[in-house]
Amino acid sequence: MVMQVARRVSSMIVTLFGVSIIIFLILRLLPGNEVTASLGVSAGLLSRAQLAALDRYYGIGQPFYAQYGSWLGSVLTGNLGVSLASRTSVASLVGAALPVTLELAIAAMLIGEVIGVVFGVLGALRPAKLLDDVGQGISVFGLAVPTFVIGTGLVTFLASVFHYFPSSQGFVSITVNPWLNIQQIFFPALTLGLGIGAAVMRSTRTAMLEVIGLNFARTARGKGLSRRTVVWKHLLLAALVPIVTMSGIQLGYLLGGTVVVEDIFVLPGLGRLLLTSIDNRDFAVVQSVTLIYAAGFVFVNMLVDLLYTWIDPRTRA
Amino acid sequence: MRGVDLDVMAGEKLGIVGESGSGKSLTVLSVLRLLPDPPVRLLGGSITYAGQDLAAMDEKQLASVRGKEIAMVYQDPMSSLNPLLRVSTQIIETMSAHGVPKDTARRRCREVLHQVGMADPDRVAVAFPHELSGGMLQRVMIAMAVAVSPRVLIADEPTTALDVTIQRQILDLVEALHETSGMAVVWVTHDLGVVAQFVDRVLVMYAGRIVERASTAQLFSRPAHPYTKALIGTLPRDGAAHRSALVQIGGQPPDPARLGQGCPFRDRCPIAVDRCAHEEPPLLPAGEDSVAACWRVEG
Ligand code: SF4
Repeated sequence: MVMQVARRVSSMIVTLFGVSIIIFLILRLLPGNEVTASLGVSAGLLSRAQLAALDRYYGIGQPFYAQYGSWLGSVLTGNLGVSLASRTSVASLVGAALPVTLELAIAAMLIGEVIGVVFGVLGALRPAKLLDDVGQGISVFGLAVPTFVIGTGLVTFLASVFHYFPSSQGFVSITVNPWLNIQQIFFPALTLGLGIGAAVMRSTRTAMLEVIGLNFARTARGKGLSRRTVVWKHLLLAALVPIVTMSGIQLGYLLGGTVVVEDIFVLPGLGRLLLTSIDNRDFAVVQSVTLIYAAGFVFVNMLVDLLYTWIDPRTRA
Repeated sequence: MRGVDLDVMAGEKLGIVGESGSGKSLTVLSVLRLLPDPPVRLLGGSITYAGQDLAAMDEKQLASVRGKEIAMVYQDPMSSLNPLLRVSTQIIETMSAHGVPKDTARRRCREVLHQVGMADPDRVAVAFPHELSGGMLQRVMIAMAVAVSPRVLIADEPTTALDVTIQRQILDLVEALHETSGMAVVWVTHDLGVVAQFVDRVLVMYAGRIVERASTAQLFSRPAHPYTKALIGTLPRDGAAHRSALVQIGGQPPDPARLGQGCPFRDRCPIAVDRCAHEEPPLLPAGEDSVAACWRVEG
């Protein structure tokens, strides 16, 4: 187990290293830079010499490899650099935004897993009965309607029908006002959770149908276990690997989804930080935030792999 | 299934014999209602245990009979245990389901594993099923079955998936457990040889029906049904003890789902008469503890 974790962590580091190079290069391909973006049209009024001076001041004029090297160096030391647009340290921007995104992601995942697993299991137990149909309905809806449509629809609906818009007062952290915070997080999390739930439900239902007729399930019933134990312990455990796989994939999508949903629901998370930073060509922020998303993605994959081993003893070497 | 009445007497050893497809496994699985519901249904026949109708019980009542009163050991030990749970977990949860406290269960788990001949019960207890051989797994299944001291143990061809030497050991093990605990044993097999050495009474099944019921001694000395006679004829005799020298019964067993009227055995029966094609014979007395479903038995 320790070996396995070590192997996964080292491959995670290699992956992230590669990702950092790609992020860096892609960003340099965008037209414009911090100076032109922050000055806007007025940049055209500056002379070449003035622009060059600014570039030098911000370190933009350096060759790419030198810029990359200094970024990498600062990332490794935990210093993410300074946001040129807001003149604050990237670390403090990220520090404020990350908890919001994490909370949103965790809440969305919880909602998705609960919807997905509950309906998936119950649907598999009684295929084509009412509960299964409801589940299938949710699932088709969640898979077919894109997040931004659900999100926009939900915001419009809540605001126009109930005049309810929790984010209007500005985001409140859970430690400050838990109740308002939950209201603010719930609807965006539901928006994301529906899509996750839909996919997880499919995998759960299929996996459950596959194991339900297996011999060990018969043994479990035959030795007098309650139906609840048979279903939620024996069957669900046996169906867990595909469910975890699908959840991992969904968690990957979810990271992308948070960007869209934070924008719609005006949550000050990493996603909004990323979008505004792209507008401002605030490369220091963009590359760090993107790297954090990538790290999240790679970390989730590692977690999924370790979960497999934990669930299924046959995969333990 | 047609009119299969299964009655097991306390402490007896009952054999259920038949070719594959004769419905013997389905019969015993239906006792604890372990069959998937739509594909197979019981027609006629009743399942009573200690005066209670198992077919009329709800899942909850049934769960208190399953494992506690009537325990089962299945054909394929490799797939009959949950591959993701340790052996001890699966044995202990069986006991917990029937109200045995946790620490008693843990002690008892070790005890039964020892009882079924595990040299190292502690190692086996923490093992996962894929780490054990088929023979070991069947022992685990048996340990799990006897852990709550059931009154009836139903063994559904428990040795077909195992090799011959292991078969013998499993048989001896069940015999020994029967001796010490006094539980009744129902042994389902296609192997009449097993029956001869082990059980007191035999049910012979054909095409989903019981065609003969007799004490073991009677069955071998005076088989009444032509099918039973044919089965005994296929047993290896002294001097011709090789499997390759077996006499086969001609023809194929019919699909129980598509039987018309008449005796289901008539196509393969050497002594069939006209009546056999029109009327299905009921179980008729064929001697002192024997009944057979054949028009031509002499009582
Ligand atoms: S009833 Fe007729 S066909 Fe059936 S076993 Fe007896 S003799 Fe043969």
